[in-house]
Amino acid sequence: TPHSCKTVPGPGMGDFSYVGIDAILEQMRRKAMKQGFELNIMVVGQSGLGKSTLMNTLFKSKVSRKSVQATSQEKIPKTIHIKSVSHDIEEKGVRMKLTVIDTPGFGDQINNENCWQPIMKFINAQYEQYLQEEININRKKRIPDSRVHCCIYFIPPTGHCLRPLDVEFMRRLSKVVNIVPVIAKADTLTLEERDFFKQKIREELRANGIDVYPQKEFDEDAEDRMINDKIREMIPFAVVGSDQEYQVNGRRLLGRKTKWGTIEVENIAHCEFAYLRDLLIRTHMENIKDITSSIHYEVYRVRRLNENNTAVAHANGLPQHHMTSHEM
Amino acid sequence: MHRAAHSRNMGNVHNERYTIPMTFSISSKDKNARPLSLSGHVGFDSLPHQLVNKSTCQGFCFNILCIGETGIGKSTLMDTLFNTNFENFESSHFEPKVKLRAQTYDLQESNVRLKLTIVNTVGFGDQMNKQESYQHVVDYIDTQFESYLQEELKIKRSLHNYHDSRIHACLYFIAPSGHSLKSLDLVTMKKLDSKVNIIPVIAKADTISKSELHKFKIKIMSELVSNGVQIYQFPTDDETVSKINTAMNGILPFAVVGSSEEVKIGNKMVKARQYPWGVVQVENENHCDFVKLREMLICVNMEDLREQTHTRHYELYRRCKLEEMGFTDTNPESKPVSLQETYEAKRHEFLGDLQRREEEMRQMFVQRVKEKETELKEAERELQGKFEQLKRLHSEEKSKLDEKRRSLEDEINTFSKKKAAAELLQGQSFNTNANLKKDKDRKNSGFM
Repeated sequence: TPHSCKTVPGPGMGDFSYVGIDAILEQMRRKAMKQGFELNIMVVGQSGLGKSTLMNTLFKSKVSRKSVQATSQEKIPKTIHIKSVSHDIEEKGVRMKLTVIDTPGFGDQINNENCWQPIMKFINAQYEQYLQEEININRKKRIPDSRVHCCIYFIPPTGHCLRPLDVEFMRRLSKVVNIVPVIAKADTLTLEERDFFKQKIREELRANGIDVYPQKEFDEDAEDRMINDKIREMIPFAVVGSDQEYQVNGRRLLGRKTKWGTIEVENIAHCEFAYLRDLLIRTHMENIKDITSSIHYEVYRVRRLNENNTAVAHANGLPQHHMTSHEM
Repeated sequence: MHRAAHSRNMGNVHNERYTIPMTFSISSKDKNARPLSLSGHVGFDSLPHQLVNKSTCQGFCFNILCIGETGIGKSTLMDTLFNTNFENFESSHFEPKVKLRAQTYDLQESNVRLKLTIVNTVGFGDQMNKQESYQHVVDYIDTQFESYLQEELKIKRSLHNYHDSRIHACLYFIAPSGHSLKSLDLVTMKKLDSKVNIIPVIAKADTISKSELHKFKIKIMSELVSNGVQIYQFPTDDETVSKINTAMNGILPFAVVGSSEEVKIGNKMVKARQYPWGVVQVENENHCDFVKLREMLICVNMEDLREQTHTRHYELYRRCKLEEMGFTDTNPESKPVSLQETYEAKRHEFLGDLQRREEEMRQMFVQRVKEKETELKEAERELQGKFEQLKRLHSEEKSKLDEKRRSLEDEINTFSKKKAAAELLQGQSFNTNANLKKDKDRKNSGFM
């Protein structure tokens, strides 16, 4: 088909020359508001690193599983559990279904080999469920999205370097899900220790070929790359979580009160919680979901369909290459 | 989406030193997510903005199909609607078949980039026999659905980069006869109403007077209803736009006038058509419904048109196509089957089936040939036998006859002999008698 580029004069350029194409933005916004949004965040890390508190701080409400179930005494489970809790939250007319997936028991055993397995299984199970829905003949109007959009990995603030457990987990999982590593309980590190630690971590991630979010290969254009480069220079964010408010300089702020001072969670001079919040929620949330659906999910789908392809090929006694044509 | 709380034992993971049972349990609080109130500003109210930003970067796609007779004003209306001059040329009235001509344009307004495709029917309603007219249109629409389906079913697919060519809106141009719909109109719209969003418009509406127009619209709508044609309804579920959409639904079909020429009215140049008796202003709502059409088609419902195309018309096409190919929904326990590979498998099965049947037929043919051969041989043998028999009979006969002949000949011989002998005897006696006679005669002659 012949293709040509025309510029429709915008409003103000001559009378009655406004068409109204840009009204589609408003239409999309309306549709999005009506449908609401879904977000599934997974938190992974050893017990006691403040995962639940951080989630509560991020979403300014009791979203963690602890607030949902009565735990008289928090026992460290003997195996890895995957617990998922959903909430309907709303802000300025925007409705969101937030699902927080917790992984108690991770990294708490004596032998933590293969601790990534149940988590990998869970993530793949969500992709599987979506795939099943997608290939139905009678499909739902909107397929419910339970795929894990983002996995926040909590690194204990040792100040030295990553542990084998951290490397192993991130190496494997970064291939199937967006990983956002954070340094937990960062209020035990001085600024210098923090910077040193971060640098070491970044080096080790690079050395092990671990691509955490935002992945360099998915930068869309130069502008994107510029913004994401800045972020990549800062990760992992050193965070402190709190759901308690204290009076600081006449204002009520979220913080942790100690004898030597009050750590203000949302103060970027104290910790990098605000950066994490901005990245996850205010600026890159859509992008995180996008990468999950258009890249991670598609990779899973290709693998899965090829698997089946092999099975079918064997069933029919056909040589493998015959069945790998992708055109119908 | 929400699974009931349950545990699954995933078995044991062995390593050299320990055997650690690994289980993971999935539980969620309720079937429904619990509502929660926030104690501060989180910031996800920027989500719609993020979404819109993303879409703005990607650009939008919109495809309009214009169906109408040649010369009814389709191209002019498109030019007027989008305030630009698309390259188009007049079509002839002598097209042997209905063709579709698609042209794609990149438009930009403010920061919104729109990839607009306009598909025009060429030669619609020009043929003497219009029975096949709608078929090409239906085929075109189906082809676009098929392309999308193919892409969606591919193993390695790129849906985000895919140029969506599915028709989002179909403007059906009704000739301004003032009476009623033509049968071609009804038949065509009936065929298309389950495949595309139909928005009927009355073309060249400046040839109809206001009162006639009102009656015409009522007649058209009642004919559509009585024939069960489902045209596109502007959505009324969103309270922001339900009022205006409901009102517009009542004004359908839109009576439009298109013009790329400008006329000076007062101190402004407006798009209009100049007649000796007056000027028809395209954007004057008292003169025609052009502004309403533009409002509805572009400003208010473009996104809904795209959504309906995807979630309703395309899904219907997909469902029918897959069911036609023999797919059914697998039960939730079984593995997902790649539709494409199953198709391949089924096709292979079918070909195998075909081969088998061909083989069978060949066997049967060989069999029949053999049978016939034996039959024929049988018959040949029989004939040979008969021939032999007849020959024998014949030779018997012959020998009999020969014998008879011989005997007859013998008899003849005998007879001839006897005859000869008798003659001889008779001859002798005659001779004697003759001699006597002769003598007598001599004797007697002497006396003469």
